Amino acid sequence: MSFVSYLIKGVSLGSVYSIIALGYTMVYGIAKMLNFAHGDVIMVGGYVIFTVMSMMGLNPVIAVLISIIFCTLLGVTIERVAYKPLRGASSLAVLITAIGVSYLLQNIALLVFGADTKSFSSVITLPALKLADGALTISGETLVTIPICIIIMVALTIFVKKSRTGRSMLAVSEDKAAAVLMGVNVNKTIAITFAIGSSLAAVASALMFSAYPSLTSTSGSMPGIKAFVAAVFGGIGSIPGAMIGGILLGVIEILSRAYISSQLADAIVFMILILVLLVKPTGILGKKMQEKV
Amino acid sequence: MLEVKNLQVYYGVIQAIKDVSFTVNEGEVIALIGANGAGKTTILHTITGLISAKSGEVLYEGADLQKIPAHKIVSLGIAHVPEGRHVFAQLSVYENLLMGAFTRKDKAEIDESIQSVYKRFPRLQERKNQLAGTLSGGEQQMLAMGRALMSKPKIILMDEPSMGLSPILVAEIFDIIKSISKSGTTVLLVEQNAKKALSIADRAYVLETGKIVLTDDAKKLMDNEQVKKAYLGE
Repeated sequence: MSFVSYLIKGVSLGSVYSIIALGYTMVYGIAKMLNFAHGDVIMVGGYVIFTVMSMMGLNPVIAVLISIIFCTLLGVTIERVAYKPLRGASSLAVLITAIGVSYLLQNIALLVFGADTKSFSSVITLPALKLADGALTISGETLVTIPICIIIMVALTIFVKKSRTGRSMLAVSEDKAAAVLMGVNVNKTIAITFAIGSSLAAVASALMFSAYPSLTSTSGSMPGIKAFVAAVFGGIGSIPGAMIGGILLGVIEILSRAYISSQLADAIVFMILILVLLVKPTGILGKKMQEKV
Repeated sequence: MLEVKNLQVYYGVIQAIKDVSFTVNEGEVIALIGANGAGKTTILHTITGLISAKSGEVLYEGADLQKIPAHKIVSLGIAHVPEGRHVFAQLSVYENLLMGAFTRKDKAEIDESIQSVYKRFPRLQERKNQLAGTLSGGEQQMLAMGRALMSKPKIILMDEPSMGLSPILVAEIFDIIKSISKSGTTVLLVEQNAKKALSIADRAYVLETGKIVLTDDAKKLMDNEQVKKAYLGE
């Protein structure tokens, strides 16, 4: 029974990774850049919820909504101020800028909230579910996280495939110049992508800090990096790839923590990244289509 | 309708286009011919705003296209079929056509245009749910042309439509260009296949290393000794 319980816990953690990985993968697909500050947006989302809920005493739903709005604006602002001026610059310049933005966010958080660990109170009030006479307990956080992840995936897939904006995102990700010739405003499309990715980061932050409630200025970087691994694992640029990669990673992490060693769990996660890159550099669902001349 | 005046375009320090001027009148088929690297594609890219000129003007119905952002140019009635087709490989044929109508809003009218593209290219209808990346080169060219027609252009710029196609397909593509012109769309055609281009064009400009060296009626150019020798292989 404990295996099932670990598995469920893994899927739940993996769902959070999936939601974060979506931000990486969509931004990579459309702007062809790795936004390493994405993980820190999660940390900012956590502090916003903490401030609104614990310091101002407002209701958790309002706190999450405020956090989503704040992170969306933050993501769009970061893109506008830091990345947009570098359009056409070398990818190395953009990468270094992204790392710079990441440290900037961490240090601002450190300045505002101090270095002590804040204890985050869960935004989820659902009671835990006890099954099989108490042998299997599923926490309220898990009961909320998994369905939310599924809803986000389904909604995003429909949005990208069926809506006009979604199709323009696919077009930009595939061929920027051809998309411009069709009349797509590439800058606007990139801004929308950052908005979606950052709002998802806010959702992920509410779910993650509810399950793992310690909050510091660097709380976003590890899940951020792991979600990046998940995105690469699944095939960077692919939305279903982010989901599969995220969930697999969560399950692997929890299972290795339970059965191998809790100290080694992270090392195992990164070892998997290296192995995947060696065997299939494009990830599980990543593919390269040959251009016909 | 379209007037290019004293255009100068640079790639870094290298000048690709040297003082090029030409006009395209409504209803005409104009060919720009010249060898690889003469600057034909650069001119088309400058017209649709994918690259910007150092100096000179690109006037379309009186408006200076260089002051208009690239993504707004298609809605003025200028469609560009790029060299190498550039269809969206991961989208279906139908979705590619929808992308062509990106700037249009009326759903019923868009459906109508899709039907008329299918009528012109029955192959595309047969393959409407197939991913564009799995089409043959000729089919991709048809899709790129159909996609351009989806914006209901007044003028269509075609860049090397015959590139990499078999002689039979080249003939088919040129018949289609002729019929697009007959249905009232102005055509600016860039081609290395000078013989084919001159056979359907009204007038033509000959480009050599970024400069226009010759211009005349297409018929007369076909009889021009210099053109015959350099471009028609006679």
